[in-house]
Amino acid sequence: MGKNVIELKDIVVSYDGEQILKGINLDIKDKEFITLLGPSGCGKTTTLRIIGGFVSPDSGDVLFEGKKINDVPPHKRNVNTVFQRYALFPHLNVFDNVAFGLRINKTPEAEIKTRVLDMLQLVDLKGFEKRKVSKLSGGQQQRVAIARALVNAPSVLLLDEPLGALDLKLRKDMQIELKKIQQKLKITFIYVTHDQEEALTMSDEVVVMKDGTIQQIGTPQDIYNEPVNAFVADFIGENNIVDGVMKKDFLVSFCGHDFDCVDSGFGEGESVDVVVRPEDVEVVPSIKGDISGTVLSAGFKGVHYEMIVDCGGFQWLIHSTVSQRPGDEIGLKISPDSIHIMKKMLPFDENVLEGECSYFDEENSLYVIKTEDGEISVKSDSEIAEDAKVTLTFSPEDIEIVPENQGDFNGYLESVIDKASYIEMIVSTDEKKYLIKSQKDEQVGTTVSLKFNSLKAKIEVSEGNADEI
Amino acid sequence: MKSKWTATPYFIWMAIFIIVPLGMVVYYAFSDDGKFSLQAFLDITIYAPVFFKSLWLALIATVISLVISYPLAYMMSRANAVTQKTMVMLIMLPMWMNFLLRIYALVTLLQENGLVEKFFSLFGIEVSIINTSTAVVIGMVYNFIPYMLMPIYTVMTKIDNNLIEAAADLGSNTFNVFKKVVIPLSLPGVVSGITMVFVPAASTFLVAQYLDGSNKLIGDFIEKEFLRDYSTGSALSLVLMVVMFIFIGLTNRFGNDDMEGMVI
Repeated sequence: MGKNVIELKDIVVSYDGEQILKGINLDIKDKEFITLLGPSGCGKTTTLRIIGGFVSPDSGDVLFEGKKINDVPPHKRNVNTVFQRYALFPHLNVFDNVAFGLRINKTPEAEIKTRVLDMLQLVDLKGFEKRKVSKLSGGQQQRVAIARALVNAPSVLLLDEPLGALDLKLRKDMQIELKKIQQKLKITFIYVTHDQEEALTMSDEVVVMKDGTIQQIGTPQDIYNEPVNAFVADFIGENNIVDGVMKKDFLVSFCGHDFDCVDSGFGEGESVDVVVRPEDVEVVPSIKGDISGTVLSAGFKGVHYEMIVDCGGFQWLIHSTVSQRPGDEIGLKISPDSIHIMKKMLPFDENVLEGECSYFDEENSLYVIKTEDGEISVKSDSEIAEDAKVTLTFSPEDIEIVPENQGDFNGYLESVIDKASYIEMIVSTDEKKYLIKSQKDEQVGTTVSLKFNSLKAKIEVSEGNADEI
Repeated sequence: MKSKWTATPYFIWMAIFIIVPLGMVVYYAFSDDGKFSLQAFLDITIYAPVFFKSLWLALIATVISLVISYPLAYMMSRANAVTQKTMVMLIMLPMWMNFLLRIYALVTLLQENGLVEKFFSLFGIEVSIINTSTAVVIGMVYNFIPYMLMPIYTVMTKIDNNLIEAAADLGSNTFNVFKKVVIPLSLPGVVSGITMVFVPAASTFLVAQYLDGSNKLIGDFIEKEFLRDYSTGSALSLVLMVVMFIFIGLTNRFGNDDMEGMVI
């Protein structure tokens, strides 16, 4: 450990004018098991292909052991890949598949034999040399793909969701096995997955990605216990994420109650996201709890009961070893070190738009305000002059998400987080980001349209209104 | 076993138009006025030189088709979707025209003082193609090349791009990717293509009649013999069929038996 085997410096990649990677900086240490984790479309596979040499960055540098390798083709890189669907050569048997790389490099046939057989033993496929790859099970094909890559003794092995096609039981076994292989051979593994559990089980370090940017880099414990924002907390596991306000250092208020906590350094009265793991909520009789609520549903999950408890509109997810029945009144107790406090993903609570009044729509008696993203119609009690500079403020509840092209203008839905009493969504346009609170869930990563509630805008005319009424 | 029923029309068709005529060919080849006889086979020995010439010209046409089609198919399979569609369209377009019309078109191009001769004479080269074996080979390639191109192209589009990336990842340069992955995986398409060009080319008729009037090929003679006497024509057909059968058997051995894209 210690020295960096691969460094990515400010990598930008675009396809068809859309940025897939938006300036990735990543140092990967030697002999480390590092996982790129994120939802589909977050750029994790593209990052892997950059390292493998199949994609070249629009800008930025790829360094291998300190040397720039931007223009080095894949076949000259000391890096091997285990592909998503294995990509085994169907015209070759198991032995010849594994021997492929060694034969290309003109290794003596005797050495090939010992190395291939050693590698097949390592992946537990001794005796399968002569089999056709099409006659192997998914798990066995997987092992051949790993052996085929590892036999070339690369200093870095890239794995692109290698366990995605296997069933749950096999996947768990392979996770343990992969980790063992990595520790035995002492080489760097760069692993791509969208499965947070897989990432936490195997990795020395996890890189959480979203929309072509890195959200957080840390050990599995760091990522799990101290997620940097609500996205990471939401992605890494089932969580209760609620809005809170910092009263002062070590005191936070949420769900109508003040809780002691272990965080400090936030501004007094600052809005924050509060994350509490379902297993960290203690179930007590209702009078003894910090907050109390009614059990809505309860189900047995093997090691624990999973309950949804309604506490004054907030629905808490709780894992407990004690069973409760739906309808029971219970109390919830949360200890200070179970409360994780994070900065809000957006630095504002209200959506503020600057614009200019373009005209008065007499038919609907609405003023049409031209903003940087598009036109919004608003109702105003006082008259607004044409061309007057206007500032509109919309609460997150007063913007509705509707299907593409059916609202005032379109945007990209980049985040959807269940906040216990509502769904918090962030929509970004080329110009800015909007915060929306809704009761309705939407599909993250899609293009949606925003519909502003004309009646609910707070309007402030800054200049240009000649005669105020 | 409901699915077997759906093949019924095909079996009826095959019985009436393939099995029965084939039986008749065998019957006429081995009979003379209703009695068993090998006379027809003795009669056709005079066609041996034409027979070998037909196979030889068909072989040349097959090799030329392969040499032209293989790189083209590879290029097409790696091109973008629009280019691929356009290319397939351009290749299929002449096939919509009647076979005879296509031959006439070639005759016009190749004839004395035709476009091809004029083109070469611009560079001071005197060529005379019509009424030579070259003209026949050109005719065969022109007519049968889509049957070579399409199976190879189809197999090549099925080669997973991941396999090509995997080969590169394991240290293969472009040449090795081609040699170790693309060629072996496209072999079934090549085998199909060879079969689909060689067989019709060897038994073709009319092509030689129009492009090399003085030297007819075996297909033309089969036609001529059938008009005269069923026994000789049948014997000739039967020998050609057996040769083709052996040829197909030999070519198929080159394609791995459990690979896709095979014909026959």
